[in-house]
Amino acid sequence: MHGLRAIVAKELADHFSSYRFVILFALIAMVSLITVYIVGLNIREQLAEVAKPKLVFLMLFTSAGGFFSLVDFVAFFGPLIGLIMGFDAINRERNEGTLSKLLAQPIYRDDIINAKFISGIILVAVVLVSIVAVITGLGLITMGVIPGVEEIARIAIYLLVSVVYIAFWLGVAMLFSILFRSVATSALAGIALWICFSFFISLGAGAVAKALTPEAGQDKPEAMLRRAKIQQSLSLTSPMQLYAGASATIIDPMRRTTRSLVQMGMMEQISLARFSAPLALSQSILVVVPYLISLGAITLICFAVSYTVFMRQEIRSL
Amino acid sequence: MDTFAVIHARGLSKVYNGQVAVEALDLEIAEGEIFGFLGPNGAGKTTTILMLLGMTEPSAGTVTVLGMDPCRNPIAVKREVGYLQENMGFYSDMTGWQMLAYIADLNGLNPRAAYGPMVEAFRDVGLAGEEDKKISAYSRGMRQRLGIAEILLKQPRIAILDEPTLGLDPEATNRIMDLIGRICTQRRMTVLLSSHQLHQVQRICTRVGIMIKGKMVACGPMDQLAREKLGIGQERYSLEEIYMKYFTEV
Repeated sequence: MHGLRAIVAKELADHFSSYRFVILFALIAMVSLITVYIVGLNIREQLAEVAKPKLVFLMLFTSAGGFFSLVDFVAFFGPLIGLIMGFDAINRERNEGTLSKLLAQPIYRDDIINAKFISGIILVAVVLVSIVAVITGLGLITMGVIPGVEEIARIAIYLLVSVVYIAFWLGVAMLFSILFRSVATSALAGIALWICFSFFISLGAGAVAKALTPEAGQDKPEAMLRRAKIQQSLSLTSPMQLYAGASATIIDPMRRTTRSLVQMGMMEQISLARFSAPLALSQSILVVVPYLISLGAITLICFAVSYTVFMRQEIRSL
Repeated sequence: MDTFAVIHARGLSKVYNGQVAVEALDLEIAEGEIFGFLGPNGAGKTTTILMLLGMTEPSAGTVTVLGMDPCRNPIAVKREVGYLQENMGFYSDMTGWQMLAYIADLNGLNPRAAYGPMVEAFRDVGLAGEEDKKISAYSRGMRQRLGIAEILLKQPRIAILDEPTLGLDPEATNRIMDLIGRICTQRRMTVLLSSHQLHQVQRICTRVGIMIKGKMVACGPMDQLAREKLGIGQERYSLEEIYMKYFTEV
């Protein structure tokens, strides 16, 4: 155990004192400050038509201020935090010759990757929690709205989901840092995968669904529904979609479903809008859990692959 | 054997992707001995060392280190064995003191208990006063001495030094070798020293082994090897002559 604790302590110290972390933190803080400022300015207008506003505080995180909301921002650029924290975790030590030094000490080999993963997660959690805390504090000042228990619970769950999501990307980055000897290669591989998951999968899912249901049109609701279903399940292969599905329901309770397309008529929509009420917290959690489990599962798969590869590597080639 | 063999290998072999790196190696090192491990580059010395530490698994044969099997019990072996690898790396933005503190931490020494041994290790390798400099500002010789300090800190029963003088100038080489000879006799450590500095090895080692192309071609006290190979009187031989003789024969 002392090996794991020692490496976690050292890695954390390294992270916190690195310029990389300072730059990252400055960037994220800047974005969240701008977001909360713009949201604070606009929120009055947004609430103007709403008769009985509910869970106003959460709008700080979901309402798109200038360009995007904080939730969107984390979904898109959160992966970069994970990648930046992990892309050189193992191969830098290997290139500098410190890996074999570590392995010559009386510690288990898996302690090294476990510790790097744990310290990365701690760091990600610190970054996210502090950003959300800053936004909450600024929200209190600018809006003068006090969050209720439910809102705080929702924010906490949102944080948990986000940490798991970024942990997945940390796992990916560490896997690449074990597979590739060159730091630049592993960084590029991580970014390539990020671009693929973030942009191509959602584009590709639309194209494939269109190709599979050529008969769909305004007069064929079943085919439209089938197209939407295919697109939905294809895009769920991307962790970003999983995360978006999970975080949207928890932080934006006015959304009743994670599906993009719900068939309903004009009159139904109007009558539903009259009774629009937030989804209860317990129900939101029920919606979130499958997404959270899928995210956790792919993170674990990623970590397990890194683990087996690392444990089997010959020291001579380290 | 009258003294206890702390390192004991029998028929040790290692095959890497069909290439034989070490072939049927027999090795016994007695407690308190300074054993010179010689051989050209790529002869399999480092592979042998890694097998002794349990850092790579032998393809055949058995090893015991201090009566333990390094493959089954690598942690216990590494606790008792200090290893200075060739081309060792340092975290260059740490200070010497931080580096040593990290090693102490990895070995399960708490900071309070490690303080005394750390000061002592810095003093013994002649780095007292340099503790708070960053390792990136250390010269090569200083880094090498820091590596030795890392080993001393662990107070191991065996020290395995893989080319500790690689890339050093003659003066620094002399200092490192003197240091190794002096400290090891002082602290009664068993040393396995792999090196190409034949003069220095001859000066401090009690016994040598010569490894060529994965095989141990000679192993024993230097005068015995000299008598066998050169057939001249004890005072006149040099290890270099013996080494070259074996080398040209293979």
